[in-house]
Amino acid sequence: MNKLLVSVKIALRALRVNGTRSALTMLGIVIGVAAVIAMVGVGTGATARIEAQIQSIGSNLIIVLPGSISSNGVRLGSGGVATLTEDDAKAIAAECPSVAAVAPSVRGGVQVVFGSNNWATSVQGVTPDYMTIRDYTMRSGQFFTNQDVDAAAKVAVLGQTVVQKLFGDSDPTGQVAIIKNVPFTVVGVLTPKGQSPSGQDQDDIILLPISTAKQKVLGGNRANAKAVSTLMVQASGPAAMAQAQQEMEALLRERHRILEGQEDDFTIRNLTEVFAAQESSAQVMSILLGAIASVSLIVGGIGIMNIMLVSVTERTREIGLRQAVGAKTRDILSQFLVEAVTLSLLGGMIGIVTGLAASALISHFAQWSTQVSLLSILMAFVFSALVGVFFGYYPARKAAFLDPIEALRYE
Amino acid sequence: MAAVIEIRDLVKDYALGDLPVHVLKNISLEIARGDFVAIMGPSGSGKSTLMNILGCLDKPTSGTYKLDGVSVGPLSRDELAEIRNKKIGFVFQQFNLLARTSASENVELPLLYTDMGAAERHDRAAKALLAVGLAGREAHQPSQLSGGQQQRVAIARALVNNPRIILADEPTGAVDSRTSVEILAIFQRLNRDEGITMIAVTHDPDVAAYANRNIHFKDGKIQLDEVLAHARDAQKDLESLPAEADAELVAV
Repeated sequence: MNKLLVSVKIALRALRVNGTRSALTMLGIVIGVAAVIAMVGVGTGATARIEAQIQSIGSNLIIVLPGSISSNGVRLGSGGVATLTEDDAKAIAAECPSVAAVAPSVRGGVQVVFGSNNWATSVQGVTPDYMTIRDYTMRSGQFFTNQDVDAAAKVAVLGQTVVQKLFGDSDPTGQVAIIKNVPFTVVGVLTPKGQSPSGQDQDDIILLPISTAKQKVLGGNRANAKAVSTLMVQASGPAAMAQAQQEMEALLRERHRILEGQEDDFTIRNLTEVFAAQESSAQVMSILLGAIASVSLIVGGIGIMNIMLVSVTERTREIGLRQAVGAKTRDILSQFLVEAVTLSLLGGMIGIVTGLAASALISHFAQWSTQVSLLSILMAFVFSALVGVFFGYYPARKAAFLDPIEALRYE
Repeated sequence: MAAVIEIRDLVKDYALGDLPVHVLKNISLEIARGDFVAIMGPSGSGKSTLMNILGCLDKPTSGTYKLDGVSVGPLSRDELAEIRNKKIGFVFQQFNLLARTSASENVELPLLYTDMGAAERHDRAAKALLAVGLAGREAHQPSQLSGGQQQRVAIARALVNNPRIILADEPTGAVDSRTSVEILAIFQRLNRDEGITMIAVTHDPDVAAYANRNIHFKDGKIQLDEVLAHARDAQKDLESLPAEADAELVAV
């Protein structure tokens, strides 16, 4: 400990003697560490944003779409034909053990009027389960109840965007808005969710009881009054996703009397999986950014090696003298290693501060969300110390194995 | 008196291209503890090579060298460093002080490579500086000291770890004649009072006259080995020399 302290003291003195040179050498490490911190911060921020968007659509989500029926050899696409019903939803909820909740929904576009304002938005007819499945919370008021669905009550829950377009900043709860000439009482406002992973505004929406929506707003399917446009299904956990998909497929094939060898008349999509792919691509981007930034850290390390070699040559006589008065190989080795590590650690610390400032500036001016984790700061610190050891070792070894007679005679 | 240095059949060859150069040719030599020896000879006579071997900076090609009873031939690089640290003090012609480093820290340098704590290092450095008459100049840097003072800092550094021998390579080569007598006075006092064996390489007969024994080298061999019955006393000579206006008093 005593010896290390002495080495650090000698190193700091040597670095001070060539102040400008030391500062410029350090700059290489400063830029390298700052780049790593800022770039990883940008990457992590992007990943976190996608993660939050995935959270916003709800967790463990599976979507079941009707359609893909073929009549006389003409195959219709997904959603082309109304083959799913509210009874399917009830059957799935009752008979599939891996399914936690099912919410049938119908949707359509409408014009909403309040006072002198009007706004075109999409209406979704749902059941109260929809709120749990999509992880909705209420900003004010309440979601409608199962009784409202059974009674086809004329109540509506609004998204934040709709509220803003029609009511401005005032709370619309209890107000009456006109949807397709039908007066609806606003019972609640959803907490904003922002953009979906695919870029849609998730707050530009009106939720109605599914029964009311079909009868009063969208106009029911004449052939099948119970038809729905999608089923939102929540699996009981992330591990149950595949199991839930299999159970639903088997049940729906049975219910729809599809013979073996015939195609499904419905489509099951795992939404979480789709968006998880986006997340992993963002992670790849952040690794890539970090890797590019690391290159500048390595360049900084080469700068340290360069300057340490110069320093060893300049101080050959000093090294010879130290050897003459009793410095052992490891004494000289540690003296120059400590000097290199001091350079790189000081640079690393300044780099961490610079990197934090840079990522704050990036998020302020470019409006990108950046996230600097404690781990990445710690890694940068350890990595810069390692750079010092790695690039300082060769010059230090060169110094330690100088011939004392030659070194003392060196001009 | 027991021999502190014993050399038997010492040979040192250098390969200069394809030709081997015989620098030291079969030298045998004993130096008694507490002696003051001047090694003289023209350049190329092998005296510097002998000094390097005596100082454990170099190894002989063949023959044995015992320092303080220990044969140094088979020792490793680090073991030699340890011997230099504990038993030998070096004084160089060009002082070899660390620039921008205080006199005290320069003197402490050999102690950095021991297990000694900071307080004791400091203490020993102050004592060594006192012994060479530089008390009060601990904080001065080499650039603030005269040549003679710098060489005295170097002498303090040589004796700070209580060595058995001090090896001086042309110790007065870079200072004026009065200062060189001052330095020789310090050497004589360390030799007489502390019993440190002094070995100085010089080409200057005036300097050699202060030693008790003169060994003359020529062509890698000892040409003449004479014991001086009456070595000159540097302190007395100093008193008879006209004092210079800015001369510092040598503490004796």
